[in-house]
Amino acid sequence: MFLHGYLPAILEGLRSTLAVSAVSLAIACIFGFVGAAAKLSGSRAANIAADAYTTLIRGLPELVLLLLIFYGGQIMINRLADRAGLGYIDINPFIAGTTTLGFIFGAYLTETFRGAILAIPRGQAEAGQAYGMSRLLVLRRIVLPQMVRHAIPGFTNNWLVMIKATALLSIIGLDDMVHRANLASAATREPFTFYAAIGAIYLAVTTVSILVLGWVERRFSLGVRKVEF
Amino acid sequence: MTDAGPVERSGQNTVTMMQDTHSGRPLTPAPLPSGEGFPALDPARAIATEKLRAENLRKSFGAVEVLKGVSLAADSGDVIAMIGSSGSGKSTVLRCLNLLEKPNAGRITVSGEELRLTADRKGELYAADPAQLQRIRARLSMVFQQFNLWAHMTAVENVIEAPIRVLGLSRKDAVERAERYLARVGVSHRKDAYPAHMSGGEQQRVAIARALAMEPEVMLFDEPTSALDPELVGEVLRVMRSLAEEGRTMLVVTHEMGFAREVASRVIFLHRGVVEEEGAPAEVLTRPASERLRGFLSNSLK
Repeated sequence: MFLHGYLPAILEGLRSTLAVSAVSLAIACIFGFVGAAAKLSGSRAANIAADAYTTLIRGLPELVLLLLIFYGGQIMINRLADRAGLGYIDINPFIAGTTTLGFIFGAYLTETFRGAILAIPRGQAEAGQAYGMSRLLVLRRIVLPQMVRHAIPGFTNNWLVMIKATALLSIIGLDDMVHRANLASAATREPFTFYAAIGAIYLAVTTVSILVLGWVERRFSLGVRKVEF
Repeated sequence: MTDAGPVERSGQNTVTMMQDTHSGRPLTPAPLPSGEGFPALDPARAIATEKLRAENLRKSFGAVEVLKGVSLAADSGDVIAMIGSSGSGKSTVLRCLNLLEKPNAGRITVSGEELRLTADRKGELYAADPAQLQRIRARLSMVFQQFNLWAHMTAVENVIEAPIRVLGLSRKDAVERAERYLARVGVSHRKDAYPAHMSGGEQQRVAIARALAMEPEVMLFDEPTSALDPELVGEVLRVMRSLAEEGRTMLVVTHEMGFAREVASRVIFLHRGVVEEEGAPAEVLTRPASERLRGFLSNSLK
């Protein structure tokens, strides 16, 4: 029987993997936008904070950060809970995982978004201001649509790396695809079968991602001349 | 009217410039001299026809003071050509008028409404009320040297954007208006083209249509032909000339002496951040009073 009947269980794990990826991405985008805004703002304090964030987070291995935040966070929260007279709090691996991954990949997206905004000629936003548009309108109608094109290549990279990084969350107890494959291979003693199977599924997800984001990039590059060598 | 005074005397220059050369009336509407020999002036009427006024604009970039107290005023239908060598501050004046550049001092009034300004920590002035600034900017359309058409929008999308989002026009009305103005500047056939696929002359004419679609009170042109290939300059200047003939109020920073001579109703010569000379083009360009303008004109003769 194909995968000894474990396929539905593994696909359930895939659901969890995709959910974690999507939520982490949303969180990473928020951190990325705030980080990029902080780096591009004139404020010195915001610059320093954002620089510290991207330097620190990008300089540490994801696994180390994950363990640090998950176990460190667990202990810290329970100490605080003790002091407040609350009982033991068990951190939900989904929440801990998405927050941590979002926080980590937000640092990478900060740089992606910052570069994408800097790639837009100053005159584009200036023209909007000169016609009486508010800052928010300039951001929404002129800066964001143009930064998508510049951001997509870096964004695609981050998304791919992040989907794969969700595999690490099985270590902190997330019941994702990797966790399911662990269980199945232990039960059947056929690790190759199951890890190859989830490998193929990861590959399918990333391939679809690349196709979709490629389409988005083309959609937002209307009116742009391609550089020809 | 002004001699080539040294920079230290720029204050005196400013005072001289406060006289509107068209009518000879003082720019400050009140108090008016009531003695004999002065024509009776109606301040209400004076304000009604005055479209734009800047008083004593000052601007420093770091330690360099690029504007040292520039004042100018445009009445309805005035076409003012601002000339001067590069670095004289003429583009900066224009960019201070709609606060794309923050001046360090000065007052700006559009059709009698003064822009309320507050100083920040660096001593630069910013709008006390962003909504007022946006309202005033919408009445002063700007045409840029580098066109600055929004790259992700087609020609017609560029023209309808601000009328819809800023003026609140319906999409249908905005498109109608855009098509009218694109036809007016002769680029209707390019309305669905993206800026990158148009020639510089076409882009600048679309940019002029975009400015016209705001139906502004004053149009600000910041060296509109300087980035164009020589053979494309003519098509843009022809459009600008026809706009001037329609009686539109225009402030044009330019190097095109022909345009200044033939189209402008008034010429302002800026030198090192000071209005050095000002008057009717026939006057100023044929009989320059200052040594600096004489030098500038002989260098820019082609």
